[in-house]
Amino acid sequence: MIGIVDYGTGNIGSVIRAVEFLGGECRVVRASDDLYDVDRIMLPGDGSFGRAVRSMTESGLYDAVRRWVAGNRATLGIGLGMQLLFEGSEESPDAVGFSVFHGICSRFGSGRIPLAGWSAIDLKRDSELFKGVPERPYLYFSHSYYAPFPEDADALLATNRHGMEYCCALFKGSVFGVQFHPEKSGEVGLKMISNWMEV
Amino acid sequence: MPAVRVAPCLGILGGRVVKVEPSGGRGDAGDPVEMASRYYREGADELYVMDVSGTDEGMKAALGVIRKVSRRVFVPLTFGDARCMEDAREALLAGADRVCMTAAPLGRPGIIEECASVFGSQCIVLAIDAKRVKDSWHVLVNGGGGSGRDAIEWAREGVALGAGEILVRSMDADGGMRGYDIGLIRAVAEAVSVPVMASGGAGSPEHVYQAIQEGGADGAVLASALHSRLCTISQIKGYLASRGITVRA
Repeated sequence: MIGIVDYGTGNIGSVIRAVEFLGGECRVVRASDDLYDVDRIMLPGDGSFGRAVRSMTESGLYDAVRRWVAGNRATLGIGLGMQLLFEGSEESPDAVGFSVFHGICSRFGSGRIPLAGWSAIDLKRDSELFKGVPERPYLYFSHSYYAPFPEDADALLATNRHGMEYCCALFKGSVFGVQFHPEKSGEVGLKMISNWMEV
Repeated sequence: MPAVRVAPCLGILGGRVVKVEPSGGRGDAGDPVEMASRYYREGADELYVMDVSGTDEGMKAALGVIRKVSRRVFVPLTFGDARCMEDAREALLAGADRVCMTAAPLGRPGIIEECASVFGSQCIVLAIDAKRVKDSWHVLVNGGGGSGRDAIEWAREGVALGAGEILVRSMDADGGMRGYDIGLIRAVAEAVSVPVMASGGAGSPEHVYQAIQEGGADGAVLASALHSRLCTISQIKGYLASRGITVRA
């Protein structure tokens, strides 16, 4: 059972529909009790960093998810969901992320903001996530803030460019984060989700 | 820079897609779910589903289309035209990723700010219906009367309020299939920092190229040209690529 964490800020419907299209079973997780038989979670993603943290704190999910990712249980953070795996974001300086990775997310300094559209990403290493995916896959991005590079260079999976090169996919053990939206990235994106469902 | 977006727009009336005929009248273009699936297969980078009735019933029909399309089409879906925050919320629940607002913010600009603060700027597309008057462009309301606003100023104001994208539609060029109003698109693209989509007037791949290259648009919205099979998405992308524009393969 895949738990789709709902922090009340974004559109979780497209993630649900992608998982269902791929034949997966999922449940919207709004409280820690909803996690009882969940074996992997998705942190989906639009909305602001601070709002998501606040909403999860109010519902009691914040601690549950923090323990989940700290315990190296299967996780896929998408968009904002990837940024939440870091310590914080310039977007909401008072909010603290799950801190699986060090550093603070920053706002783009050049180019059109938000970045909205398809970019061909550079895959930096082999990963189960990229099985059967073309060499420079096009993925859909929609964001104004970006995550720093992980301290551990081996954690970096892929980069994108928008004015400069930045980290758009990374992992640590069973916890994966992608800045792009695989649920909105056509066949390539669906392939990545189905890869993750089998990891 | 991301790849240029080629985005079909499905105008929904009575649950069907309508298109503008050469005569200027409206004609039936087909079933929205079938057409959306076909455009998805052909490489559409995103899809617009727009209720063109402006009635509660029409809105329901268009939301029904979003609900069905979002189960089989996995590229971003933009729903229009949201008249209030509740419309926006319903559209997102139905499966839209972004909502487009045209007339409502003209009466109450604060609605952009309210929606952006709840759903995020990336979710809010401000559509501007513009008509050329001498050396400037005026914003029209519901495709008809003037709003008393200047289109370029309105684009700036909309972005300041939180719109994450501007869809600029020339009411002079719309339906004519003789090309976008490049001057209008360029003026908007230079005025704002968010992505700008060109709309109104596309009839060929060359027109899309002009909107990108000369107008500085980040993508192009097409309706009748695609619905009437004057050109296909792959022809447009092939043409853009041949002229050095980056498109999603």
